[in-house]
Amino acid sequence: MCLGIPGQIVEITDPARLMAMADVSGVRREVNIACIADGPLESLIGEWALIHVGFAMSRIDEDEAAKTLEALRGLGEAQETLEAMAAGDAALEGRA
Amino acid sequence: MKYVEEFRDPKAAKGVLAAIAQVTNEIGATREKPVHIMEICGGHTHAIFRYGLDKLTPEGIEFIHGPGCPVCVLPMSRVDECVELAERPEVIFTTFGDAMRVPGTRKSLMQAKADGADIRMVYSPLDALELARRNPDREVVFFGLGFETTTPSTALSIQQAAAEGLTNFTVFCNHITVPPPIKALLDDPHMVLDGFVGPGHVSMVIGIHPYDFIARDYGKPIVVAGFEPLDLLQSVLMVLEQIRDGRAEVENQYARIVPDNGNPVSIAAIDEVYEARPSFEWRGLGEIDASGLRIRPKYAAFDAEEKFGIGYGGGQIRSVQEPDGCACGQVMTGRIKPVACPQFGTGCTPEMPLGALMVSSEGACAAYYQYGGARSPEPAE
Ligand code: SF4
Repeated sequence: MCLGIPGQIVEITDPARLMAMADVSGVRREVNIACIADGPLESLIGEWALIHVGFAMSRIDEDEAAKTLEALRGLGEAQETLEAMAAGDAALEGRA
Repeated sequence: MKYVEEFRDPKAAKGVLAAIAQVTNEIGATREKPVHIMEICGGHTHAIFRYGLDKLTPEGIEFIHGPGCPVCVLPMSRVDECVELAERPEVIFTTFGDAMRVPGTRKSLMQAKADGADIRMVYSPLDALELARRNPDREVVFFGLGFETTTPSTALSIQQAAAEGLTNFTVFCNHITVPPPIKALLDDPHMVLDGFVGPGHVSMVIGIHPYDFIARDYGKPIVVAGFEPLDLLQSVLMVLEQIRDGRAEVENQYARIVPDNGNPVSIAAIDEVYEARPSFEWRGLGEIDASGLRIRPKYAAFDAEEKFGIGYGGGQIRSVQEPDGCACGQVMTGRIKPVACPQFGTGCTPEMPLGALMVSSEGACAAYYQYGGARSPEPAE
């Protein structure tokens, strides 16, 4: 819950609500980009960010993203986060 | 040096470990007279045990595991209130999965769910918002839990709910802040602390200046650290060097992620939506001044305490006794190691936690259980 996970912004989905689609370790998840939106939103596409509970909190470079992901995998946190994302999807369907 | 091979850069790790041994020597710290370094963040606690850093570093260094695991410091009374909210028929109670197994006096959220309460584990408060949109005839309550890393997410979600005019979304705010418990621990005459390894992702939000008082008023070093093993070792070295040189400064080892002034959007959202409570209860530590946040009156419509009359805001502040034989408080304040708790591994395991420190992988007891305790012969892996 406390550690963020790196994700790559692939698409702006809702400019009014500052929402974007991120690719997190191969899983697509809509995230809020308010905390990193300091310029034109389109410029965020392709950028990496540290994502905390659905919010992109800090821009990072690709190398840092890879290192962070590896550290999270070592701690078992990457898998935990991806499972939490899946649980979130299930909750919306009323399945969990 | 069993684990060094696992490091991304084992050679660099060996170099830092040698430097740590050298400085520890220069300070004159020994097993009998160790330097006490507190890692504040539960993520760091987890990493220290996972990589056996407590065993790789000299015996003259004693890690004290700080209160930086939000699940671990959650008092039973707050869990009871969550269960009470969740059991209301109109409520869909949403929470991070981490909180599900924390024991309450009656039951955990997991047990309440098994008993029929509509409790949903979500990844993000955004999932709770979406549930509120899809279920206009239900009351969606989100359990706002965590330090400054998660606080912006609920603040921004409340702002979004307000912008949309949602009337069935509330947050049960139990957010806490890092600096006040550190101050409380420094004020505790029983605590011996020589320096701190500061939290990385919390600091990414608030910056490094909220720790200035640690150096200025208490004369203790603090180094904000990343959570890769090498980050942690470097930070420990930086703390030791400060101690050796008689310096007390706030240093930033994780500058590649942590701007000195934090994230302005997050800070603004937190300030707009939340204010400090006069005091807040921490499991094992008791009430600590200005250590918890509540929703400002301006956003009262999104405050579960106001809406359902529960918790601090509802005027029914309750504190309950910890279960018998549980030593969470002493472990939390570094007075004893987890293995010294009579319940450790018998009455209290990660599968059936009695105390909260056993619930999350960031809790000191769970980390001990999973990876073997400090200086024990062989880690249990
Ligand atoms: S072993 Fe369990 S009861 Fe004992 S201190 Fe740890 S969490 Fe608390």
